[in-house]
Amino acid sequence: MKGSLGLAALSGILNTMLSLAAPFLYASIGEVICQTSGVVNLGVDGIMLISAFAAFYATLTTGSLALGLLAAALAGLAMGLLMSAVSVSLKAEQGVSGIGLYMFGLGLSSLLFKELVGTVKTVNTLPPLALPLLSSIPFLGPVFFRENALVYGAFLLVPISWFLLEKTVAGVKLKSVGQNPAAADSVGIGVNRVRYFGVCLGAVLAGVAGASLSIGQLGLFQDNLTSGQGFIAVALVYFGGWRPIGVLAGALLFSVANSFQLWMQVLGVKVPPSLAVMLPYLLTILALTLTANRARQPAALNKSFERGEG
Amino acid sequence: MRMKMTIAAAFLAAALAVGAVAAPVRIAVIMPSATTDAAFSQSMWSALLSVQKELGGESAIVLKYTENMYNVPDAAAAIRDYASQGFDIVIAHGSQYGSSVKEIAPDFPKTVFAWGTDVDTFGLPNVYAYTAAAEQGGFVNGVLAAKLTKSKKVGVTGPIEVGDAKTYIDGFAQGLASVDKSIAVSKTWTGSFSDNALMAAAAKTHIASGADILTGSSQSVVGSIGAAKDSGGVLWFGTQADQAALAPNLVVASQVYDWTGMLKDILAKRKAGVLGGVTYTLTLDNGGLKIAYNPAYKLPAAVKAAADAAAQGIAKKTVKVDP
Repeated sequence: MKGSLGLAALSGILNTMLSLAAPFLYASIGEVICQTSGVVNLGVDGIMLISAFAAFYATLTTGSLALGLLAAALAGLAMGLLMSAVSVSLKAEQGVSGIGLYMFGLGLSSLLFKELVGTVKTVNTLPPLALPLLSSIPFLGPVFFRENALVYGAFLLVPISWFLLEKTVAGVKLKSVGQNPAAADSVGIGVNRVRYFGVCLGAVLAGVAGASLSIGQLGLFQDNLTSGQGFIAVALVYFGGWRPIGVLAGALLFSVANSFQLWMQVLGVKVPPSLAVMLPYLLTILALTLTANRARQPAALNKSFERGEG
Repeated sequence: MRMKMTIAAAFLAAALAVGAVAAPVRIAVIMPSATTDAAFSQSMWSALLSVQKELGGESAIVLKYTENMYNVPDAAAAIRDYASQGFDIVIAHGSQYGSSVKEIAPDFPKTVFAWGTDVDTFGLPNVYAYTAAAEQGGFVNGVLAAKLTKSKKVGVTGPIEVGDAKTYIDGFAQGLASVDKSIAVSKTWTGSFSDNALMAAAAKTHIASGADILTGSSQSVVGSIGAAKDSGGVLWFGTQADQAALAPNLVVASQVYDWTGMLKDILAKRKAGVLGGVTYTLTLDNGGLKIAYNPAYKLPAAVKAAADAAAQGIAKKTVKVDP
């Protein structure tokens, strides 16, 4: 590999990694918050789909990307309320509820797309924002500091969510209802209310993840746009040990492996394409196996709360 | 009294005749992606709607579809369900459905099955197979691309290296080489027919490596088109369906699959009692493949003339394209 081409490839790999990682960061950190409260939401992909459509359709009809983002967040919130009602209030089995939510999101987004749009159409995507001074740094500037707002937001979410979980009263309450809801209840914490908050905040972030695909990266909507990214996002929560920083590591590993395999193909490296596309999944499974740390899993995860039990 | 009976008999005969004529042909199609995918599935669904309209509307042909059948066992269940419900023609629109058709078709000998893209009817009397010589339109697009590239770098994105995705890309590379052998072609396979985000990332990778022309096959290439649109200045060549509406300033031309001729022939053969055993191949010569130039893109006349000459040469077999 020649020097300039090698530098261009490195720059390209890192740059692609950032945009690929953004949806995973929103969805996975949202799921960390949700699971910290003791609720597993396997419907992340469905939330991403309906929100991706909401963002796309609002942008298509109003021309406003801001309204598109707002629509995605509201769609995520609505899905979060639905998931909360079913799994927290009605105490339905969380895994099954989540799968139901996924299928609902998949079907509804497809139906709405067919009825309201009809065929693939495009909208403008969020424009890249060159950060003053930082974007002028040689090599690093073009790679890291000329992204759209949703990519910056995804990486800012890591310290923000850490602060929320570790340094605020809301974080303590989320953890307490996820670890021992009966004890939390005994000191006056409204378990269901906190779980509603966790599920809904997670769903709003999953909604933003959907928007980061439809109006952040692609400028369009298509049936099953997420192609299962929501499920990978849930897996990254386990990979990251229920910590935002761990999720960041997982999202970057998965994304850089994907970006790397694309560049290998472009540069003509003699690796069978089918082997190259397996690389991100192989690496992630390997890392998950080596770093699995179930000790951090919320003790009351996947358990509904009934006052007087446990 | 006799007069009344005659009139009643006449009404009855007329009603029976009308009933016989009015019985519509029921066609079901199972597709791997959505009818709105701007690519493979949409090409078939558009053709079916067109044939329905031409041959008398819903009173003549009833259409049903099942889309997004990425999962082959689900598709197999849908194929069997439609056959069980008495549909006259069941179209399994995906090369991954071949083994399902092979297994199910013998159980419904009066039902016509059609599947593609492939050429194998499995020796079954009620199975038609169809394919597209995608390399032909790929060659023409390649000639256009070779005339328009400035960087002499062209990027290609596809799902997996099989079927018409591969033959289109191989034809495209041959078209490029026929004009200028120095043009570099880099290919990326994402391993997925549906991952738009990865397809967009693949396109951005090509653009970052200097490509100023992109093309690709499968429904997920709309992601690549989005990436081309964002980059500004990178041109796109489509296949399977006319993709000009997705990026009117960037799409130069699209190879369009037109299945209408094949569908009408299957209907005619069925009416004549032939339920299968025939293979169809869409080509530039038989009109199954068409090059749709984007009217919004100002294509230089000399470039279009070169592409038209290539298309005519392929049709007349003076230009050879390897599949």
